[in-house]
Amino acid sequence: MYSKKRVVAMLLAGGQGSRLYALTKNVAKPAVPYGGKYRLIDFPLSNCTNSGIDTVGVLTQYQPLVLNEYIGNGQPWDLDKMNGGVHVLPPYETQSGASWYEGTANAIYQNIGFIERYDPEYVVVLGGDHIYKMDYSKMVDFHVANNADCTISVIDVPKAEASRFGIMICDEKKQIVDFVEKPKEPKSTLASMGIYVFSWAKLKEYLIENENEANAKREKGEPWSKDFGKDIITSMLKDGQRLFAYEFEGYWKDVGTLDSLWEANMDLLSPNVPLDLYDPNWKIYSRNNNYPPQYVGDNACIENSMISEGSTIDGTVDFSILFSGVTIEPGATVNYSIVMPGTVIKSGAVVEYAIIGSDSVIENRAHVGSSPEKIENRDKWGIAVVGHNVTVSAEKVVEPKQIIGENI
Amino acid sequence: MSVNYNVLGLVFASMHDSYVSELTKSRTMGSIPFGGRYRLIDFPLSNYVNSGVSEVGVITKSNYGSLLDHLGSGRDWDLARKKGGLHLLPPYSQTGGIYKGRLDALNNIWGFVEHSNAKYVIMSNCDVVTTLNFNPALKQHMENEADITLIYSKSFYDGEKSNCATVLEFDENNCLKDALVAPQIKGECNIWLEMCIITKEFLKKVVADAASRNQHSFTREILQSGNKDYKIMGFKHDGFFTRIDSIQDYYNASRLLLDPTKKNALFMKNMPVFTKIGDNGPVKYGLESNIKDSLIADGCIIEGTVINSILFRGVRIGKDTVVKDCVLFQGTKVGESCSITSVITDKNVEISNAKVLTGSETYPLYIGKGGKI
Repeated sequence: MYSKKRVVAMLLAGGQGSRLYALTKNVAKPAVPYGGKYRLIDFPLSNCTNSGIDTVGVLTQYQPLVLNEYIGNGQPWDLDKMNGGVHVLPPYETQSGASWYEGTANAIYQNIGFIERYDPEYVVVLGGDHIYKMDYSKMVDFHVANNADCTISVIDVPKAEASRFGIMICDEKKQIVDFVEKPKEPKSTLASMGIYVFSWAKLKEYLIENENEANAKREKGEPWSKDFGKDIITSMLKDGQRLFAYEFEGYWKDVGTLDSLWEANMDLLSPNVPLDLYDPNWKIYSRNNNYPPQYVGDNACIENSMISEGSTIDGTVDFSILFSGVTIEPGATVNYSIVMPGTVIKSGAVVEYAIIGSDSVIENRAHVGSSPEKIENRDKWGIAVVGHNVTVSAEKVVEPKQIIGENI
Repeated sequence: MSVNYNVLGLVFASMHDSYVSELTKSRTMGSIPFGGRYRLIDFPLSNYVNSGVSEVGVITKSNYGSLLDHLGSGRDWDLARKKGGLHLLPPYSQTGGIYKGRLDALNNIWGFVEHSNAKYVIMSNCDVVTTLNFNPALKQHMENEADITLIYSKSFYDGEKSNCATVLEFDENNCLKDALVAPQIKGECNIWLEMCIITKEFLKKVVADAASRNQHSFTREILQSGNKDYKIMGFKHDGFFTRIDSIQDYYNASRLLLDPTKKNALFMKNMPVFTKIGDNGPVKYGLESNIKDSLIADGCIIEGTVINSILFRGVRIGKDTVVKDCVLFQGTKVGESCSITSVITDKNVEISNAKVLTGSETYPLYIGKGGKI
């Protein structure tokens, strides 16, 4: 069958997301709920569709059950295609044995066969844990115009934060001259967003080379790795390949930690944050539950919040994000918090500065989290977290910074 | 739910359009918006799908552009199927012009019904809203070897307020004694939910008979004239239902959903109501929003006060505006400092700042599609 595609996207969705603790206990990070009705993976998948990329490989490894079911045939993102579409790619066994994905570069290496079926000119490599809206087709155009071998999308970050990121040093034509992972004294403020465009022939060459070198090192007992940033980009730079930085302007947020996940949700309530979920020309698609509209009762008091379908609100909700099918009983209070799908907050319970996972129950008069003003020692304050399918019994207290993964 | 290939579902999407002429001006009964994010046809379609019926024909009449747009391939109801699936049956009459009644319509689409392998046909209209699993009724129909099983509800009926409800009387064996259309009586009655199960072989015979006699009314020729000759039985449905006979009825029926008990009886966890997916963002409530007793669909952005109202997808309510006892269709935009009470706005109505609009509880003010005030 003729199945040529100019661009194929590969989405790295196998990471454990260990810094999200209880929230990724049974769920891969890209399937973590975000923004009232989405999961993290909705952003890269919707960006692909909106950018005209209709062939996406999703590399899964850690706890793939929820993620696989969620992606399904890709229909919610228009990625159910006769030719192309979304394909979930778990590690597999071959005649020479089976192996897990041993790093981001190895995950792509093991799926060279998948990519070659589409005979693409360009491969876009994406992560599954960032919130942003981006037209990848413009980045591909930039890549082509520069006759680049690899283009890395970058964002200008404040100097104080630059040492948390992989930093690119570029010349005036945006050609990358150096790349430093988490530098102590950053020479630039252009941080890598973990989004790459490669000319496929070139990438394939480097993937094979990295694989062979790393395996040789492993046999000799030397340290080895099969990673994009650390190995592929570094060797390409060393060999004098054409690497360019594509500067992105707009909202971009890494949600790798509990604090950043909470902040990224709260950003949606700020009028100053340029992330528009209501733009009909760049919708963020998600799998729908067929819930009825939300019902707001007589005792409800809702201000500055985002609430999704199927919820029943009869309590007080302020500065919060409530997902679909959430119940807030009369007399319950939710402030500055994120409540994930299907969770019930019972009468008299208080949830403040907290993230509550899906299908959990906060029983009567339980108290989760606290506002920073009430804590004298600020070091002791942080977001309180209750995982998925967890019951917090009546009158129990979950302290700030506490992470609850089992019933209490 | 496993699939039941023994049953073909039919939906009359345009039955009784004229009773709600305001709302059917630019659409047909089946595509009237209802309940914040649905169209009336979603209820019969979801009942079929939730009962395992996966072969469904939708019989249209006129003004069905919006219906086609809503249904698409039937994917959102899981009816985009190779085996069975959704079939749109545009109007056509062998006698010329548009079909005249249910029997005439059936005669014209008989090729479609004949082609199906189903032994039973279920017919529904769109002007009765209810959530119902057909399987118990189907079981009864098969056990009794009935020709027709009419699905009805026991409910209070007032002849003065009803345009077209059919009241049924059954004998002690649960066989139909009489069917009265809009009788001038008042009290507890068996109200037909405009749904029935019919054995296909029987239906084939009566449709052909009626065609040869130039008869077209199902109610008159079959239920009223035929009740002695045919085995017509009843099946009582105890769940919530509401009929839409007029725009006042529509307004009242909509606001019944603000009663959580009734809402939960229509939207049950194990019987989801499917509809076209809009991919709107969640509802965003502003700093000074105040919401009570309301049903609000995704994509709304609310800065003002909303009381006792139903807001469809993508409605915008400006600051210092008070919306009370209203039904606002998709895309309605209300500016700042308005006061609107007992108003139904059709799709994409825009109300600019500082307007006061007041209808009455018994006679809501209706603003047509795309109206700008």
